[in-house]
Amino acid sequence: MHFDKELDARGLNCPLPILRTKKALAEMSSGQVLKVVATDPGSVKDMQAFAKQTGNELVSSAEAGGEFTFFMKKK
Amino acid sequence: MDEKKLAIIATKGTLDWAYPPLILASTGAALGYTVQVFFTFYGLQIIRKDISGLKVSPLGNPGMPMKMPFGPKWFQGINWNIPNAIQAIVPGFESLATVLMKKTIANNGVATIEELRTLCQEADVKFIACQMTVDLFGFDHDDFIDGLEYGGAATFFEFAGESDICLFI
Repeated sequence: MHFDKELDARGLNCPLPILRTKKALAEMSSGQVLKVVATDPGSVKDMQAFAKQTGNELVSSAEAGGEFTFFMKKK
Repeated sequence: MDEKKLAIIATKGTLDWAYPPLILASTGAALGYTVQVFFTFYGLQIIRKDISGLKVSPLGNPGMPMKMPFGPKWFQGINWNIPNAIQAIVPGFESLATVLMKKTIANNGVATIEELRTLCQEADVKFIACQMTVDLFGFDHDDFIDGLEYGGAATFFEFAGESDICLFI
């Protein structure tokens, strides 16, 4: 999937993946896509909740080999 | 757009209890909440420049597992059930537990208190220190980090009265 920026949140635990995502999105423009890779299993629910509450779109969410990959489209 | 508001009172001064107010405040800010944290009594320890006073004690805290953050997996899995009476008489037990806790925090990719504090302030979380308890404990404004406001209960109510979520921690 196309993305404009990548955030490596591997090894970080709650709430850091969300805080870093928020920070990364702040530096992007509307419609751009951020790719986030995390290892915190809690981030799956948290990313959904973040998207729902902030209006950014969680385009996809996938797990492979203990890593979670998210694509978040900025509002 | 009507922004949601989160008001938190932070009253605890131990390393473990320093986390919940800062985690919720920073996350709230990331979700678009306007956030204020009112630090009072022992919660003032969280916003001191020197936070070496933030410790964690397993003494009298049956909910705290005592596990080692190093060594082989079987060793890390052991829960050291040390009786309160022994914890109380071993000098430096609390400091040792704090060192182990900090190591565990780092191993788990959990942020440090300083890091969360900075993230909160960068996200415009407003920190208010309770002036009455600052005086009561003999602290000086110089003892605390920059960017604080000092106020009393009425200051807290001004914001908390309009908040969507209000937590006493």
